[in-house]
Amino acid sequence: MGEAFREILRQARQHVPEWSSAQVNEALKQRKQNDSDFTLVDVREKTEWNEGYIPGAIHVPRGHLESQIEETVPDKSKRVILYCAGGVRSLMAANTLQQMGYDDVVSMAGGFGQWKGSGLDFQLPRILNEAQSKRYSRHLLVPEVGEQGQLKLLDSKVLFIGAGGLGSPAALYLAAAGVGTIGIIDADVVDDSNLQRQVLHNTERIGQYKAESARITLTALNPDVKVNTYIERLDETNVKQLVSEYDLIIDGTDNFPTRYLLNDAALIYNKPVVHGSVFRFEGQVTVFQPYQGPCYRCLYPSPPPPALAPSCAEAGVLGVLPGIIGLLQATEAIKVLLGIGEPLVGRLLTYDALSGEFNELRLFRDPNCPACGEHGHPEDLPTYADVCAIPA
Amino acid sequence: MAKVRLAPVLRSFAGGSKIVNAQGDTLGALLTNLYQSYPSLKEQIQPEQELSRFVNVYVDDQDVRYLQGLETPVSESATVTLLPAMAGGR
Repeated sequence: MGEAFREILRQARQHVPEWSSAQVNEALKQRKQNDSDFTLVDVREKTEWNEGYIPGAIHVPRGHLESQIEETVPDKSKRVILYCAGGVRSLMAANTLQQMGYDDVVSMAGGFGQWKGSGLDFQLPRILNEAQSKRYSRHLLVPEVGEQGQLKLLDSKVLFIGAGGLGSPAALYLAAAGVGTIGIIDADVVDDSNLQRQVLHNTERIGQYKAESARITLTALNPDVKVNTYIERLDETNVKQLVSEYDLIIDGTDNFPTRYLLNDAALIYNKPVVHGSVFRFEGQVTVFQPYQGPCYRCLYPSPPPPALAPSCAEAGVLGVLPGIIGLLQATEAIKVLLGIGEPLVGRLLTYDALSGEFNELRLFRDPNCPACGEHGHPEDLPTYADVCAIPA
Repeated sequence: MAKVRLAPVLRSFAGGSKIVNAQGDTLGALLTNLYQSYPSLKEQIQPEQELSRFVNVYVDDQDVRYLQGLETPVSESATVTLLPAMAGGR
């Protein structure tokens, strides 16, 4: 230890109060009980943090302290307790914070070493492994996602109703994004006429189950993703079980009965449904977040007659259109899962490919909705017979 | 003259047009005017006195069920959107 360094340390000690690990532990207990307000900051390097940290601490490495602390602790009158591995770096860091105008800065003497040595509680952070850090590096660079957001995505479970036009692009991108569990329910097999838009499948897989074809494509894209396949139709016998097991549902169905069935189960289990539909050159997207916005029955209390039910007519669709709408659904799903931005709750976004226009319609929750209204009973509503005159 | 934007499934009832013009101070009056030009639209949108339950009507992006229904005022520059449920996903 050089002479000049000792001098700096001596001066810092004159200005910065030091607390023992026992004192900090006591303060943390107090914070839990009566909400006394301070921030505990770990100023060590990432590799040190990864080996364990004090529960309740936030991590701002010494090297980024000056640039990041004002974002993390904007209130400079608030107490900040700093710790490092042995108590030296935190003392220096505390000195710096004082220079930056923080009024009440404390350094923990002995650092994390002494904390751990005294047998006090510590936590191991959940971290991405090296391969994941590489794979999701572009997410990690986005502050709204970051490592914690990526871990959240990896823990998320998304159910796709249908691996068709909307489900294909949405599932591809959510698997790429690292949504950890993807469930796909689809009873159909791949047909030549699907391949114009259903990009999960390919020519070799004509005749195979779509759910199975989807699983092959998605796991090849991202081995982190667990794909559960359900080769069945969504009906009264399986809807509740399935919806209860997932965090969010991407609705890419082609018929009204399934949409009502799904809506009611999603209300019962309080699961958000990202809704999309397409027709020729036009599509629409919205998010049904139970009890925070309208539900599908608020929007459409009963299904239209066959003449107005586009899925039933052999209507056709521009192949790229479900790509656009499905990816809007995937985007909304990520927003809802991460709790960022403003999901399309209570807003119906419509897209007209020919005119190249997006429009937005405001949707309202119906206080008298038979499903989500004040006296609503989502558990015992009719789901309607299939209104389709021509099979979809 | 307000603009009326028709959902794709309704266009065949209006000679294939996506946007048509109609006149009226209220939604009810405007729709009556619209049916004079395109009589077969009436059956889809307003078969009886009331608006069809299957078609959502928006005046300037607001659902008229939560405005004043057929009494909702419609300005000269308004856009009225007629949008039935769509189910196509495949």
